[in-house]
Parts: sequence; structure tokens; C-alpha cells
Amino acid sequence: MTAEIGQLALTLALALASVMAVSGIAGARVTAGISRRIASSAAGGMLVFIVLAFGTLVYAAIVSDFSVLNIANNSSLAKPMLYKITGVWGNHEGSMLLWVLVLALYTAAIAFAQRGSERLTSAALGVQGLLAVAFLVFILFTSNPFLRIDPPPFDGAGLNPLLQDLGLAVHPPTLYIGYVGLSASFAYAAAALITREVDASWARAARPFMLAAWIALTVGITLGSWWAYYELGWGGFWFWDPVENASLMPWLVATALLHSALATERTGAFRTWTLLLSIAAFSLSLIGTFLVRSGVLTSVHAFANDPERGTFILIMLVLAIGGALALFAWRAPSLETGSAFEPVSRETALLINNVLLVGAVATVFLGTLYPLFLDAFTGTKISVGPPFFAITFVPIFVALLIALPFGPRLMWRKAAFREALRSLFPALGIAAIVAVGVCFVVKSHLLAAIGLFALAAWVIAASLLDIVRRPVRTAAGFAVALAHAGLGVTLMGVAGTTLWRAETLSLLGPGETARVGPYTLTMGRVERADGPNYAAIRADIHVGDGDRTIATLTPAKRVYPTEQQETAETAIRTTGVSDLYLALGDERGKGRFIVRAYYNPLAPFIWFGGAIMAMGGCASLWGRVRARSVRNAIDAVPAE
Amino acid sequence: MNARKKRRLYFVLALLIAGAGGAALVIAALKDNVLYFYSPSDVAAKHIHPGTAFRIGGLVAAGSLQHGNGADIAFTVTDGRANVPVKYQGVLPALFREGQGVVAMGALDASGTFDATQILAKHDERYMPPGVVDALKRSGRWKEGGT
Repeated sequence: MTAEIGQLALTLALALASVMAVSGIAGARVTAGISRRIASSAAGGMLVFIVLAFGTLVYAAIVSDFSVLNIANNSSLAKPMLYKITGVWGNHEGSMLLWVLVLALYTAAIAFAQRGSERLTSAALGVQGLLAVAFLVFILFTSNPFLRIDPPPFDGAGLNPLLQDLGLAVHPPTLYIGYVGLSASFAYAAAALITREVDASWARAARPFMLAAWIALTVGITLGSWWAYYELGWGGFWFWDPVENASLMPWLVATALLHSALATERTGAFRTWTLLLSIAAFSLSLIGTFLVRSGVLTSVHAFANDPERGTFILIMLVLAIGGALALFAWRAPSLETGSAFEPVSRETALLINNVLLVGAVATVFLGTLYPLFLDAFTGTKISVGPPFFAITFVPIFVALLIALPFGPRLMWRKAAFREALRSLFPALGIAAIVAVGVCFVVKSHLLAAIGLFALAAWVIAASLLDIVRRPVRTAAGFAVALAHAGLGVTLMGVAGTTLWRAETLSLLGPGETARVGPYTLTMGRVERADGPNYAAIRADIHVGDGDRTIATLTPAKRVYPTEQQETAETAIRTTGVSDLYLALGDERGKGRFIVRAYYNPLAPFIWFGGAIMAMGGCASLWGRVRARSVRNAIDAVPAE
Repeated sequence: MNARKKRRLYFVLALLIAGAGGAALVIAALKDNVLYFYSPSDVAAKHIHPGTAFRIGGLVAAGSLQHGNGADIAFTVTDGRANVPVKYQGVLPALFREGQGVVAMGALDASGTFDATQILAKHDERYMPPGVVDALKRSGRWKEGGT
């Protein structure tokens, strides 16, 4: 009976989404007050029904109701309870349901917060309604999670063991909060084009949603990279896999958007450009979804391989992007333009930031989609690997990081470059000291190391100076410094791991030893360590540093009989500054196993940096919400 | 020229320069950094220079897997028409076995053996790399709904 409740709830949500789409857009007219109220109520109602539908599916997963096809295909009795629940969004249908759940949450937030003018909110709700209609139709007609199977099987087919992991519990929902959050700034952009209200108050209204989306994308990408690091057993943190790129592109555009919207908010500059970026950011989210969900790309993320779904998403993609761009082309020329600025000013710095970020997106886009186009048109199969991105993406980011510290030090409209440079002398000094220090410490890749670490020091030191020396300490200033410093920390991690990673591959029997980085590895006991739904072999590997044994690590490999699959359970010992990373391979000969060991200097910094960036985003969001509540409390005229 | 037009001009110029620079970088990078995907038949038909990196996909021929010293292994990739010997040193991905599909990255050595630097992980039992499916279809060895 539960599946039918879910089905009914989804259908009702579709009806409410249609009502919201029509009344929301109608509410963009000045006189249509009733339409606006209807749109807001519909947003609340849609959220209730989608929560109900999602809850129904979670319930079916918890009680292992195998009469529901989706549960039978993706769950099994032996699976631990946690993974029964997280497995709900570990498959195509469930993940699309999660997608509309997040969409409904944002929509309700737009309706509840009522930022910007009434007409703007209403039009934004209308656009969200259109998106909700499209996705609900997609779910109900091509990806229904509530289909029944008769007779129900005794046990389910199980979930891909790679996905039976705590990282999976958090990674997809976080990324979705990011992807779908960009729908909110997309909706605000379309609403601005409909109502012709593109001004500072528009930028203020849309910004919290951009920030929320950016924070979630930052956290999601960081978690995804960490998950790939410890779960896939290859010791790498980023593979330039098309699916990873699909999440990186919206992040890059969202970063550009945050910066250009700042100028729009402060001086009214870059109005139309900010709108275009809002449209582009969500379009790339949709393209990412299309690539991942349509089966065009095959990877661990590709759940579905159903051409009908691919076609549907493609049509949706063309309608959403094409519609928004047509609206843009129609309305943008008639929008007011902002005030002028001098060549040396904060605006110019933000412009450079945007040009470089968009350039970076373009290279990732080309590297990701070129193989697909080539295959579609000529049938030639190629792949574009890390070397391509190393020589296109990396130089652009280096330029961005060199320029970055100047941005926050330049005044709006007209600034003095010399003054900014002089205030950065301490940061330059620190970068120089780091460069010299690197010469003494480092034994290999000296030139690259000097360049990259001096660059990281330059960015981090300038950001810290910003906090220390700023006359007025605002949440916004603190947020900027944190986000920028985080980027520098990540750079250190990437540089350290890339330049000095040590890798050893050895065949070890009991008592045999191998070396990796500064450590000695001695193979100890190998034993069985079966779990609830898998059989496993675990090895004790004693780690020695000099003469002392400092730790015993236990990498394992598991075989999941239901799913007929193996996974490597890596063992990682981190000092906070470097990682020792062990993966157990296959057995060769009697009692001897292949052990893959990596010594990854500075690897933890990659994820620390991501966390610091996200904290910067949170500080900014918090500052805004607080500022708004203070404004509301004293009921003052909004003044900057 | 008024300030607004001037600003627009700077904007357009900046975009053009960035665009041209980006395009140059990208074209240079694409030229040297794509890996082609070949089936064993392609390898037999084309004359691929030793040392040129590419990817090869097919089935691991039955009875061809040999373990050497340490982590060395050797096997043959086949698509039913042509065979290519492969050597590799390292950990094999989950579910690597004879008769199954495989994709390897590497280059031919002087003797015509494919020296693999990476054997790509297969994510599950049902999954077959699309390139392998095409290669098998072309040689008539593909069974619809097989395995």
C-alpha cells in the first residue's frame, strides 16, 4: 500500500507544481496579488507531498519491501540498515526523487524568505515550478521508484558495494544541494529578466542561494574526492574523470557568479553578465546530470543506461537552457547598465577573476565533451586524460592565484595599484621566505616546488593579512579571507602529493618487508574477516619508522557474493601532514599478496583546504542572514 | 568615446585575449594528449608505432593468463579475430579473469607486446566497457544480453 501512497503524493506534487508555475509567472504582473499568494502556498504544499513520497520510499527500503521493484533491484536483506537507507539515493530512481526533494526545499525557502520584491519572488517561484514539473514528469514517466513487481523476490539484488560506504550517505545529497541550489539563482535570474528588476536588491535577494549552492558544491566535491581517495584504492584524489568534471564545472561557474554578483550588488556593474552566469551555472548542473544519468558516460556513477531517459533529459536540457537564453536575448538589451569604473578598480579585478574562471570552465568542458562529440560524429574513440588538463587548466589557475590577493585590496570604481601592491609587501616577503625554505628542504622537483609553494604562501599570507590588518572586521571580510586561504591550502596539498608521492608495489609473504617513503612495511598475519554481507581477507602490516614499529595497519579486500564484486578496503595512517596509504591486492602464489603502498606528502591539506573554503562560504552566509535579521529588527532602510 | 563604451571595449578585448589564449592552449594540448581506443583487430590492421600510448580493449583470452616474478603478469587480449599479447606489473582490478572484458592503457614495445601501465577497473559484473562491446560486435563475437 505504501508504494501507492508515494505514487499519489508525487502526482499531487506534480499538480501543485503546475499550479505554482502558472500562478507564479502570472504573479509577475503588478496587479496579480492573488496569484502570488497561490504560488507561495503551492510551494509549501509541493514540499509536503514530496517529503511524503520520499519518506514512503525510505520506509519501503527500511522494511525491505521487495514488492517494490526499485527496492528489489537495489537492496538486499543482508545489507546493514544504514546502507538500506542511504541506498535509497544510491540508484537512479531514488536519486532523482532526492533531486526533486531538494528542489522543493529551495522552492519553499524562496517562498518563505520572500527576499526581493513580491513580483520577483513570484516569478522565481514560477520558474522553479516549471523545473519541478519537468523533473516530476521525468520521474513519473521514465523513472518511477514506486513500480511494483509481482511476485516479489525473496531477496533483493543488492547495492554496488563501492557505494556501501558512509561517504555515499553524504556525498550525493550534498552535491544535489549544490546543483539544485543553482536552480534558485537561475530562477531569480529568469525572474529578473521577466520583471526587468536587476539591481542591487536583486543581487541581495539571490545571493544567499548562490552561497548555499556554492558551499554545498565545495563540500560535495571535497567529499567526493576524499571518497575516491580511500575507497577506490588507487591513491589518487582527482582523476579528471568526466563525472568529476561534471561537478567541477558548475563549481567554477558558481565561483565566478559569486564574484560578479558582488559587483552587481555593490555598484550595479556586470548586471547582464551576472544573469548570464546564473543561467550558465544551472545549465552546467543540468548538463552534468545528463552526462551522469543518461549512461553517456560509463563510470561508477552511471546508474542508468536507458536511452529513453537520456533523450528526456536532453529535451529538458534544451528547453531549459534554450528558453532561458532566449529570454536573456530578448530582455537583456533593454536592461539598465551599471555605473562605470576605472581600469584599476575592484571591478576590473573581479572581471579578471571571471575571465580566468570562465576560461578554466571552457577547457574542462572541451576536455570532457570532445571525446563524446568525436565518438558521435566519427566513431573514433579517444579519451582525454590528466596531461591535457595539466597543461590547460593548471596555467589558468596559476594566473588566477597570482592575481587573487590584489582583488580584496582594490577600491570599488577607482583604485590605486601601487597602494595595493605596497600593502602586499609582507605577503610577498613571506612567499620569498617560503621559496628559500623550500630550496633547503626539498630534494626533487625543485623549480615546480618553489613556484607552487611560494604561490600558496602568497595567497594564504595575503588572506591572513586581510583579517589582521583590516580596520573594521566584518563577517564578509573574514569570509573572503577564509575562502581564499582555503584555496591556498588545497594548492599546497595538490602540489605536495603530485610532486613527491612515493609508490611501491610489492609481493609480500609473512615476515617479508618493503619500503615506501620514510616507512618500512612488514607483512604480518593474514586472516579472514567476514562481515554481514561480504567475505573478506585482512592483512596486518606493521609500519616501521627507523627501528621502531609505529603502527599496524590492516588493509583488506572484500568479496560481496550477492553483487559478485570485490572492493579494496584501504588502510590510511595520517599524521595530518602526510598519509601512508595501503591497499591489499590479489594473492599470487601461496600466502603472498600484492601490497600497494603510497606515501602521499601533504595529501590531507587537499581536503582541509576544501573545508576551509566551505567555512568561508558559511561565514559569508551567516553574516548575511544576521545582517538581514538585524535590519528587520530595526526596520531600517536597507543601506550598505 | 564615453566611459561606458570604453568599459565595454575593455571587456570585449579581455574576453578575446582570454579566448584566443585559451583556444591556443587547448588545441596544443588536445593534439598531444588524446588516447585512442583500439581493438586487437585495429592493432593488427593499423601500423601503430611502438611507444605511442593508446588504450586497448577486448576479452582476456582463455588460458592465456601467466604469473611471472613478483607482480608481473602476462595475458592475451582478443576480439576473436586478432590477438595482442599484454604484459603488466601491478595489481589487477576486481573481477579480472579469463574470458572477461578488459581495457588496458599503455603502448606497444618493439616486439609487438602491449606494455600496459594501467588495467582499468571494472566496476561490476554486468558492466562491459562500451569500447569492448563495439569491438566484439564488429568481430561478430557479441552475444546480446550475454554473460
